Amino acid sequence: MNHVVIIGNGISGITTARQVRKKSDARITVISAETEHFFSRTALMYIYMGHMKYENTKPYEDWFWKKNKINLVFDQVTEVDFEKKQLTLTKTTPVNYDKLVIATGSLPNKFGWPGQDLEGVQGLYSYQDLENMEKRSRSLKRAVIVGGGLIGIEMAEMFHSRNIPVTFLVREKSFWGKVLPREESAMVNSEILNNHIDLRLGEELEEILDDGKGQVIGVKTKGGEIINCGFVGLTVGVRPNIDFLRDTALEIDRGVLINERQETSVADVYAVGDCAQHRTPPSGRRNLEQIWYTGKIQGENCARNICGDKSHYDPGVFYNSAKFFEIEYQIYGEVPVPEPEGVASIYWEHPEANKSIRIVFEENSQSVIGFNLMGIRFRHEVCDKWLREKATLKTVVRDLRAAHFDPEFYKTYETEIKKLYEQTTGESIELSSLETLKNLIFKSA
Amino acid sequence: MDNNASISLSNPHPEGGTLLQKLGLAGVGISLVIFAVSLFNLTSGNQSLFLTVAMLLLMVGGALYGVEKYRHIPAGIKNNGVFKSSMTNRGIIGWIVGIILTTFYIALYWFPEWIGQGTGGANTGMVALFDPLAQLLKGQNASQWFVYGTFYTIAILVLGIKFLYKYRHNAYHRNRTIVVIISQLFLAYLIPEILEGLNYGTAGNYYGKDLKNMWPLNYYFTDGWYLDNLQKTVEQPLGMIYLVWGIILFLVVTPIITYYVGKRWYCSWVCGCGGLAETAGDPYRHLSDKSTDAWLLERILIHAVLVFVFIMTALLMVTYFSGYDFGIGLNRFLVLGIVAVIVTVVIVIQRKAYPHVPMTKLYVVGGIIVLGFAIYILTPLFFGENQSSTVYFSSYEFRSWYGFFVGSAFSGVIGVGFYPVLGNRVWCRFGCPLAGYMGLIQRFKSKFRITTNGGQCISCGNCSTYCEQGIDVRAYAQKGENIVRASCVGCGVCAAVCPRGVLKLENGPEEGRIHGPIEISSEGIKVVED
Repeated sequence: MNHVVIIGNGISGITTARQVRKKSDARITVISAETEHFFSRTALMYIYMGHMKYENTKPYEDWFWKKNKINLVFDQVTEVDFEKKQLTLTKTTPVNYDKLVIATGSLPNKFGWPGQDLEGVQGLYSYQDLENMEKRSRSLKRAVIVGGGLIGIEMAEMFHSRNIPVTFLVREKSFWGKVLPREESAMVNSEILNNHIDLRLGEELEEILDDGKGQVIGVKTKGGEIINCGFVGLTVGVRPNIDFLRDTALEIDRGVLINERQETSVADVYAVGDCAQHRTPPSGRRNLEQIWYTGKIQGENCARNICGDKSHYDPGVFYNSAKFFEIEYQIYGEVPVPEPEGVASIYWEHPEANKSIRIVFEENSQSVIGFNLMGIRFRHEVCDKWLREKATLKTVVRDLRAAHFDPEFYKTYETEIKKLYEQTTGESIELSSLETLKNLIFKSA
Repeated sequence: MDNNASISLSNPHPEGGTLLQKLGLAGVGISLVIFAVSLFNLTSGNQSLFLTVAMLLLMVGGALYGVEKYRHIPAGIKNNGVFKSSMTNRGIIGWIVGIILTTFYIALYWFPEWIGQGTGGANTGMVALFDPLAQLLKGQNASQWFVYGTFYTIAILVLGIKFLYKYRHNAYHRNRTIVVIISQLFLAYLIPEILEGLNYGTAGNYYGKDLKNMWPLNYYFTDGWYLDNLQKTVEQPLGMIYLVWGIILFLVVTPIITYYVGKRWYCSWVCGCGGLAETAGDPYRHLSDKSTDAWLLERILIHAVLVFVFIMTALLMVTYFSGYDFGIGLNRFLVLGIVAVIVTVVIVIQRKAYPHVPMTKLYVVGGIIVLGFAIYILTPLFFGENQSSTVYFSSYEFRSWYGFFVGSAFSGVIGVGFYPVLGNRVWCRFGCPLAGYMGLIQRFKSKFRITTNGGQCISCGNCSTYCEQGIDVRAYAQKGENIVRASCVGCGVCAAVCPRGVLKLENGPEEGRIHGPIEISSEGIKVVED
């Protein structure tokens, strides 16, 4: 365990490095060709929009790495020799490892469209993607974005912040329609339109058009329309960035296959984060899950196993969040779309503002299984506790004030939800007072 | 095939602003021209008319500009281009604004005659321009402080309206900003001026009549002349009320409120310095230094000022009650040497305690302090009537050092003049002794915290970037820890700019406040630990 080498300095790789350092005095090397230091890729859009500079996206000051004896190498790994336990790099001499952690993240998907490799066609994942987008934005007349997911809408907001017109091609009939229930998705559709994005629902990309010099000049949709543009954003999901590991001893499917201890098929080789594919994912989880906090949990899990504390990956109750232009979104637990047999939800939407609360429950047991929130913040610990303890809808509605996490002086909506509950069930309930909820709010963890 | 199908879907936010916005800006520009030419007595023909026009243009134009800037775009976080604008990212325009502000403060404190303050005779220049308003409010001619107070209040009022529109979706900011505006307009400006008009605190009996401006922020509260004025028969009963209130406010009211809600009740709800920082200073909040060495500097400086003000007050009290002022004659170079040694010792001690932190800023600031003090203490050797190498070290001498270095240079020239360079809370963060006092309460005995919402943080850094106090909020949020920091003024912007709903300012039980919720995941793995 003398030398732990980590390929990739994203959140998963860096969490692994930090946690190994906390538990041992092993030599630690982190190799990345993306940036010299760890930065938060979730903030790429804010750099583009001028909310932050690259410097502001670094969670640790530059001296942190030296102080914690984490050796950073700014270079590309081209080859891994699992026999000799050696990495080949482009600029520096080969690096030998005792334990290897693969944390190489993702690459934007490309589905074989004609013209997908033209200049001006790209996804948004890495710092280099941001630089390219920045270069391309000068004198850009229109951007076309393909794919109705989280990165797509971020990209639309980015261009919008610079007054660059955007056409947004979304294959589904409604934005993120496979994940968001109908009402929430409709709310996002109208938010996109309110921001004057040219949203094309139910429209797909046919091909990307070339100006004859290798530059993008437009796109042709499946509907046969030609849209002139100088930029095409491909945001139709990501895939593990592991091409350099194909045809090696390492067992690979879509990602590097791992068990619940982050171990791969090769001894002393681990994988974490976006690039890792769980052989048997925890229940309710996908085998590839590109989420910030699961990367962190995997990094910590990996560090423990490297350092000899056996532990297994267990991310707990699902949660996530996003922001669609000005609408914040939070999810806790399961919000299946469409709702299967035996699952129902109560849904309240603000008559004017973009705010809604959805509480999903099992009809038989009345246990709450999920929360979907638009424009309203809920308290993670409280929701997590309810979901773990399978609290009933009645309990949740009664105590809903405890979940409120909006800033002080914001209106709370438990009375509206209570009315809705009473209308649906015909049963009247009394809301808990804030005083009786104090314990739930502050000691729920 | 219609390639231009969506051209009508242009951005609703016109580049360069709306017509009304430009008109508003033009109004502000014209008013500034009037104020500028008043410096050269060009308005002396009809001061009332010029002043009315200039003030109306400044207020209406400024408010129009602020409202129009945000009215047409959907409510929400409006930080687009903050780091790309010359005004807000230490560009040329930012520096020019900084230089103008700094010059204004230097004139105000040390060369009021530059702006027309009359010495013995009538006012001229800009101060004379304000004579009609001062006559209206209090039946006296204006002074440089009246001019300053008027500008200050207009800045908070007009740029407060701009801030209200910028954060119109956020009830916390709405309430806070309305209170800040009212506090400044009434408590700090109109009521004191009108009281003077009613002959309270006039004819050489001056005392501050801003009910919320307490010691030690108001450091002349314990000056002998000030205490005397408060007790003069002609000032009663108001003088005694202000004296007793001032003492209770510091000793009782402040600790109690700070215990329940944190120091924010003062710093970002009613304080004048805070009020200016939150409104006029808002566009510069991201310029604060977030590094750990800045944090270290903050702890040294703010507590040094706190110690300074306590020693000074103790000396003044002894002198006031005993009538004895020890005037120890000391060589000016010796005094300089002592100060240099103290500064060096503090730096060396801190350097040892934090060996990994790059300390360049500490050395630079230490150097500036010693140099500034050297200029101050050695200047009388070469200028003035009594070019003596001896300085008579007394409580009054100590008090005048404080007034010069802390009261004027730090809080005014650096604190506000450097908004566009160092951010809007330099004074509140590094210098204000009242903030230091309340910070100790907030850190060790308070119900206030910023709660981190479980594991939702994505480390994006918006919170840290827009923290005007330079707190690295993200460092706590990404570990799932609550934020409990002495310097937090509770402005609430971190919580507002967070794109994932991670932060909430709230008051709750002291138990579990500091670390708060740490983990959200299952039994097997903790997301984070420290």
